[in-house]
Amino acid sequence: MSHTRYHIESAGEPRRFSAEALARIEKLLKRYPTRQAALLPVLWMAQETWGWISKEAAEEVARVLDLPPSHVDGVLTFYTMFNLKPVGKHLLQVCTSISCHLAGAEGLVEHCGKRLGIGVEETTKDGKFTLVEVECIAGCDRAPSMMVNDKYYEPMDAKSLDALLDRLARES
Amino acid sequence: MEKVLSRRVGTPNSQSIDTYVADGGYASVKKVLTGGMTPENVLEEVKKANVRGRGGAGFSAGVKWSFLPKDTKGKPVYLLCNADESEPGTFKDRLVMENDPHQLIEGMILASYAIKCRNAYIYIRGEFYEGARILNRAVDEAYARGFLGENVLGSGFSLDITVHRGAGAYICGEETGLIESLEGKRGQPRIKPPFPAISGAFAAPTIVNNVETLCCVKHVIDRGAEWFSKIGRNDKNAGPKLFCISGRVNRPGVYEAAMGLPFKELIYGDAYAQGIKGGRKLKAVIPGGASAAIMTPAEIEDCPLDFDGVAARGSMLGSAAIIVMDEDTCIVAAVRNILKFFSHESCGQCTPCREGTTWLYRVLTRIENGEGRVEDVDLLSRVAGQMNNGMTICVLADGAAAPILSAVPKFRDEFLYHVEHKRCMSGRGAKALVTA
Repeated sequence: MSHTRYHIESAGEPRRFSAEALARIEKLLKRYPTRQAALLPVLWMAQETWGWISKEAAEEVARVLDLPPSHVDGVLTFYTMFNLKPVGKHLLQVCTSISCHLAGAEGLVEHCGKRLGIGVEETTKDGKFTLVEVECIAGCDRAPSMMVNDKYYEPMDAKSLDALLDRLARES
Repeated sequence: MEKVLSRRVGTPNSQSIDTYVADGGYASVKKVLTGGMTPENVLEEVKKANVRGRGGAGFSAGVKWSFLPKDTKGKPVYLLCNADESEPGTFKDRLVMENDPHQLIEGMILASYAIKCRNAYIYIRGEFYEGARILNRAVDEAYARGFLGENVLGSGFSLDITVHRGAGAYICGEETGLIESLEGKRGQPRIKPPFPAISGAFAAPTIVNNVETLCCVKHVIDRGAEWFSKIGRNDKNAGPKLFCISGRVNRPGVYEAAMGLPFKELIYGDAYAQGIKGGRKLKAVIPGGASAAIMTPAEIEDCPLDFDGVAARGSMLGSAAIIVMDEDTCIVAAVRNILKFFSHESCGQCTPCREGTTWLYRVLTRIENGEGRVEDVDLLSRVAGQMNNGMTICVLADGAAAPILSAVPKFRDEFLYHVEHKRCMSGRGAKALVTA
């Protein structure tokens, strides 16, 4: 949850789930007593398909689940893991909650931003990296903890972060 | 104490059903479903063991189950496993799910049988991609072996388990926030009553239990209520327990011990965290996640780590997330960090919480930045004192108030020093700790 997530960007083009995706959604719906209950899983599918959830993707989700678009927007803006605008290929999520704070997480964020030349919530010009701060990700025993996309990297310090960023930059 | 909940962590292929069954897994499911134990028998055993909820509230799981109506008037009963593990400092359920998913699934089968649930869900926080993948694989394996699905082991009992991923919201760990989220809504907690046992998910009777609690259920049925209740300080604070310790200690991690482990043993013991980093002095400890009142070294002196032991000293065991702060920790910066968390995670529906957490964070920020006023110190307590004790729909606000209401009186000098000298008493700010 965050109080600053209001704006869902437009993709500038319509979004449509593939026939294969629609079949997956139909299968998913069998697990729930209401269509609405499949909203989070279907939003995850949208994000996996397009990398972020645009206004048009939200409309597609609403259409497929027979939900009011306003309801989908409300849910979408509530959950911080849904990207409301495009993000870099590597989404750097540095935990800054208490255990990571005690291990110097704020310094790690600062170091990361300087190294990439971006601030928090920003993406590098080449579209490779987006830097965000996140709240406790349950990596407290290996603080400071961070995630890149869906993988944990912990514990991190300036040196191991540099090595990781070098590796990720070479990757693509 | 022998390890129970974390026994299989480190076993090669511990996640696979083959190794689980080879280690005696699913024996209780067989025993219960084909050996003539009734749902009532299972419920009674869990009640007798007094398995207190490991998610934070410490409420007896068996008693919670017994709140379900005898006649559900045709409505289904839902079991929701709370795997949203988001309380800062907590990482025990992640360990269990990533290493021993079948332990949880077996616990869920037994619980579902006891409460006559046909459809159960594991609500797992979105960040646990790996945990969800492991659980999904394990669920598939359990279906393939006939432990899930129609007519489990030919007993007539049927059960489906669905892994449902959250998407980044602490409040979805609150049981009615979790229910709202499962229903495909913003995870905003509901006004109680009605409690979920009467009207929960999809307006049907619902039980929400934490991962570790459901794992305990499996072991209670394996070895009996008496065995369970003899582990620990007394039968009200019983059973094996996973403790998460993090912060400025030499060996942070998850440690399993009997309920009632002496607090200092966990921090200093050779088998546990092995003391404070660099041999520095202890300044403060959070015993049960960021929502728990901060304790001083004197307060933990003879404190047993269990629900009643910590509560008797004015704080709570919560999710058993022990966060250790040494003499170099700036209390103002630490409390500010905690309020950053709560202001970010407040769902926004109750004014005292939404505004209270935000203003506490802002006042703490100005103290931290050297712009504080002497009267700010009392202002913090006053604002926090107007947020808790039933002013809001759920207890997030109470959790946000607790660090303030404990830290400000206990470390008042430090707050005042910060205001007067525009810097930290300990001489080391948070940022200075980087790569230390």
